[in-house]
Amino acid sequence: MKRKLHELAHARAGDKGDTLTLALICYREGDYPLLREHVTAQAVKRHLGHLVQGEVRRYEVPNLHALQFVCERALDTGVTTSLAIDPHGKTLSYALLEMVIDA
Amino acid sequence: MILASRGELDYLILECLAERTIALAQLRKLAEPAAGYDPLLETRLRALLPLAVRHGFRIVTNMGAADPLGAARKLMSLAKELGLRIKVAALSGDDVLAQLAPSMRTIEARGAPLADYGTLVSANAYFGAEEMLPALATGAEVIITGRVADPSLFVAPLVHAFRWQVTDWDRLGRATAIGHLLECAGQVTGGYYAEPGLKDVPNLAQLGFPWCDVDADGNGVLGKVAGTGGAITLRTVKEQLLYEVTDPGGYITPDVVADFTTVSLRELGADRVAVQGASGRPRTSTYKVSVGYRAGFVGEGEISYAGARAVERARLAGEIVRERLRDDVPDLRIDLIGIDSAHHSDFGHAHAPYEVRLRIAARAATRELAERVGAEVEALWINGPAGGGGVRRYAQERIGVVSLLLDRSRVRPQVTLLQEDRETQAA
Repeated sequence: MKRKLHELAHARAGDKGDTLTLALICYREGDYPLLREHVTAQAVKRHLGHLVQGEVRRYEVPNLHALQFVCERALDTGVTTSLAIDPHGKTLSYALLEMVIDA
Repeated sequence: MILASRGELDYLILECLAERTIALAQLRKLAEPAAGYDPLLETRLRALLPLAVRHGFRIVTNMGAADPLGAARKLMSLAKELGLRIKVAALSGDDVLAQLAPSMRTIEARGAPLADYGTLVSANAYFGAEEMLPALATGAEVIITGRVADPSLFVAPLVHAFRWQVTDWDRLGRATAIGHLLECAGQVTGGYYAEPGLKDVPNLAQLGFPWCDVDADGNGVLGKVAGTGGAITLRTVKEQLLYEVTDPGGYITPDVVADFTTVSLRELGADRVAVQGASGRPRTSTYKVSVGYRAGFVGEGEISYAGARAVERARLAGEIVRERLRDDVPDLRIDLIGIDSAHHSDFGHAHAPYEVRLRIAARAATRELAERVGAEVEALWINGPAGGGGVRRYAQERIGVVSLLLDRSRVRPQVTLLQEDRETQAA
């Protein structure tokens, strides 16, 4: 069954220089293994496409039933020098939640 | 103000410095020497100082920005005007611009030397709790700093009040988790969180700010004043605990390398969440230094199209401007607001909106060239596709920010105590 992450999890974006962080947090704790299996670093990198120029690292945070994605070179050189309309990437949590998994 | 009046606080922390704010403050200071501290200092402290004296809480803030001592002097004259007798302690020494060399390597992805970054305007080391302790020990009602790591503003009063060792890594780790949760204020009480229907937050317009009641082991309970808007739930706390964290198991501050993967959260009741069990490892031997440099200019222009073929007209307009600026301002970005401006994609939600807004932004070496971007967008009124209107244009200098690491021994924190008409150096 195809499911959009928006049904399963909430997300928050943060910025550090040219690095974007995306926290993905399960609504139901029981969904954590499902997300851990399907929302890999490679799958997120593929989904976000050219929004992320560098690598995507994933950290598992089981105590919060969350996955933390750290995306390098994702903010067009950084908040203060970016040409993007959203230089902090604050809207990008919702780009992650558009991802569809087959689970 | 509600938190200050009714929060029964011991310490009120005002965290007001974003990554680039201090570089902008440095620029203001160059233009006008008395303008190096936060421009809202007077307004905010005029309201808060009487409350601090009446309710007996101390204020800790990084609103000193590029001029903590100047800010402290301003507060002394403000207190005099308000008829309040207070002491103010200023922490300075974070300005390390004079110690930088062009060959120093930045810690950004490619590790390029500083020499690659044009004219430097500021360099500030992130101080931690330990540097603030002499200021807290003076008994001053207000402690004002320049660059201090955001969580450390919250960690320092805890180390001071509970007399923790600055090598008590687990307690520092727990306090850091709490500081990190509090440092963006409304972001843990339902701000940056709400989504109608799925993540509802009551009365967001009157969003309450958080307090935390912390025990001697560094565990705490988050709450907010009854009757204020917002919500504190496991979900809001989880989102904020991971906000801007690039390694949840190794969150580096000047005080400690904190581990948030051992945190446990428990909902105790409405708008009460217990935060326990973060841990910590020894701090690093360096200070992170945030360096501001002149990064040229950015010009922007926007124009709207509505009705039949609005998207096609906007795309045509964008290509016209790209062509007209090709020689002078080639580093240019074209967005259609309403289609793909925020995410470069519509992730399959293809649709034909009734109206769309074209936005063009470009980097330029000079203000004059940056101004041309908006000028060309404005010219679309007359020399572009049909029915373009609502032009807005901007041109701004940009300050870039890069970071490097500096050995702790090369930086000298200084605390100055201001009381009555005297200024003295604290130990």
